Amino acid sequence: MPRINSCAELEELRQEILSQRDPNKPCIAICTGSGCIALGAADVVTAFKDEIKEQGLDIKIDIRETGCPGFCERGPLLVIYPEETCYLRVKPEDVKEIITETVLGKKVIDRLLYIDPETDEKAVKESEIPFYKNQMRLLIGDNIKIDPNSIEDYLAIGGYSALAKALFEEGPEKIIASVKESGLRGRGGGGFPAGLKWEFTRKTSAETKYVIVNADEGDPGAFMDRALLEGNPHAVLEGLLIGAYAIGAREGYFYVREEYPLAVENVTKALKQAEEYGFLGKNILGSDFNFTVQIHQGAGAFVCGEETALIMSLEGHVGEPKPRPPFPAVKGLWGKPTNINNVETWANIPLIINQGADAFASVGTEGSKGTKIFALVGKVKNTGLVEVPMGITLRDIVYKIGGGLPGGKKFKAVQTGGPAGGCMPESLLDMEVDFDQLTKAGSMMGSGGMIVLDEDTCMVDFARYFLNFLADESCGKCVPCREGVKQMLNILTNITLGKGKPGDLELLEELAEVAGSSALCTLGKGAPNPALSTLSHFRDEYEAHINEGRCAALSCKELIAFYIDPAKCKACGACIKDCAPEAITGGKKVIHVIDQEKCTKCGSCLEACPAAFGAVSKMSGEPVPAALPEESRNLG
Amino acid sequence: MDSGKIDQIINKHNADAGSLIQILLEIQNENNWLPKEALTRVSETLAVPMSRIRHITTFYKTFSLVPRGRHEVHVCTGTACHVRGAERVLEAVEGVTGVNAGETDPDLNFSVETVGCIGCCALGPVVVVDGEYHGNILPAEITKVLQDKK
Repeated sequence: MPRINSCAELEELRQEILSQRDPNKPCIAICTGSGCIALGAADVVTAFKDEIKEQGLDIKIDIRETGCPGFCERGPLLVIYPEETCYLRVKPEDVKEIITETVLGKKVIDRLLYIDPETDEKAVKESEIPFYKNQMRLLIGDNIKIDPNSIEDYLAIGGYSALAKALFEEGPEKIIASVKESGLRGRGGGGFPAGLKWEFTRKTSAETKYVIVNADEGDPGAFMDRALLEGNPHAVLEGLLIGAYAIGAREGYFYVREEYPLAVENVTKALKQAEEYGFLGKNILGSDFNFTVQIHQGAGAFVCGEETALIMSLEGHVGEPKPRPPFPAVKGLWGKPTNINNVETWANIPLIINQGADAFASVGTEGSKGTKIFALVGKVKNTGLVEVPMGITLRDIVYKIGGGLPGGKKFKAVQTGGPAGGCMPESLLDMEVDFDQLTKAGSMMGSGGMIVLDEDTCMVDFARYFLNFLADESCGKCVPCREGVKQMLNILTNITLGKGKPGDLELLEELAEVAGSSALCTLGKGAPNPALSTLSHFRDEYEAHINEGRCAALSCKELIAFYIDPAKCKACGACIKDCAPEAITGGKKVIHVIDQEKCTKCGSCLEACPAAFGAVSKMSGEPVPAALPEESRNLG
Repeated sequence: MDSGKIDQIINKHNADAGSLIQILLEIQNENNWLPKEALTRVSETLAVPMSRIRHITTFYKTFSLVPRGRHEVHVCTGTACHVRGAERVLEAVEGVTGVNAGETDPDLNFSVETVGCIGCCALGPVVVVDGEYHGNILPAEITKVLQDKK
């Protein structure tokens, strides 16, 4: 492919690509994002390729391996064009039928469709499925339309037109003005206005400046950036190019966490293609703009998501944060002005340039514009990636899109903001989701993890979980974080072990206050949040642990017991068979009894007991009833 | 690991000390762990003190200074996996392999690690065995998968 040397050539190429594509030619778009791959998508792709070859249909049907469209819960999933028929949970055995019936016969296979569990209505297209219908997918909506390894696919949907517009129509000042007017705020968690950040870096007089894509998505429970990088790497690159041009940077970096091998692979390929086509390198699109990019892999350190730590890591050091100011915009990578934005922030840029700032700002709330991608996970029926307009209510996300909680369980809370975020209880379900409202509720936007919790989640243990994570990831440089987080963790651990004592909660709050106000970086500053937010909404659970030795969620092992109700036990032996520590006595026609001394509280007996009997239960905060005497255990 | 291969990796990065982490990652990818001789070679060639290399290789989770097992088991303990029972899955993994998280058995068969999040949150709990993802996995299922690799 020869380099593209002007806007006109770019449009010519785009028209040429489109003219070679028949919109009526059947195309099977299969998600091969990490989620669907984990569910067996690779086998489905192979089955399609084999079947198409065997039937000699190579020239009649296209196969497209795409990034993640979001509905991970129902993967492997695919969309068949031009009808846009969407099939879920597809297995290799279904492939032959799909080709014969749907692709060639134009008939829909009902069993592979989405069926609304409440209305029994079938949804043929993606857009008819409630999970998708209630979203606004400006960014991830493109994923199913393109093969991330094909720059031609990206060009076919208008790719790099924003870059051309930025270079030849707008110029740096106007681009920055647009980004400022659009109201775009950093999607990595901080929520700082992106346009303002760009302007700071642009205004410095330094000759050399850098731009960085922060793809060190370390929040446990979040995978938005991964889906964008895996599924549409060119969109992120296009945003980066526009930003670099506006800021005056000639070199850029993708800092990608090592745990995302497929993202690294797809970005690497995208950079190579972009260079071949003249979107990277010297005189991009025939302009005087030169730009090169390198990929740098993280090596497993959560703190490297913090921008000053990330810069240290890029320079080949341990990722310890530095005090700010000076901010990276003044003194960043190798001491030069540096602009760091998160993957999703960069991916929004082409949209702003193409649509204009006003159109972008028409979506969202007063203080938060555009859409936000969330990883909707935990105890919710439809888990996956959801992109919603800012200002949507939590209730709409959890119930309309997420379909509510599985297993008839009761909703307890939604957690956002990653390890430094907080929990919203049921009373806050109708709040509008945006940067400011989440902060007001004692949580934060964070990068977009949204974890739904049901009645089985112990909030003390949940706070302990995050403190444990943060204690492990604290780089150890500043005392408030290194020691404070550890002490908070000790208190929480003791409470979950039933060793809590009066005064613990007050001490916890005091430690939180000190660490939160004096730690060096956002990791330590935010570390008290999980404890503070659960304390403010679920203090009764903490108190029950300490004062009554009771875990309301029946989750803390040291505070619960398993018990077999002799009135319900049918002496079937199912639990005895599954009990690894051999803690259950009884036999054929002899009612089963758990030896509490031997019991490891693994819960296998509860799962093994047939639902029709329901004899095994969990209890907490009350003594286990004494076992029946030997002679009255015989069921005769 | 022969020094020729190490030099090749170093040269690929123009022997630039700024690329230290990338160089160490590539050596580990090649060799599965970082032997002392390799670190010495890197230290000498890049003129970076061993103390800094030690600092880096103990700070970042990915690096291993001891040999790793033939089978790498990564149990995700991210938030989404945690609330869906990752702890019990980890107990099952430790039980069947006889290896605690963060350790490798003396026969170098299994290395078991926990990871903060591998980004397959919708499928939690998730275990990655030798690069293969197992989503929505139950303790009994992962036990079976690992039994076959014993």
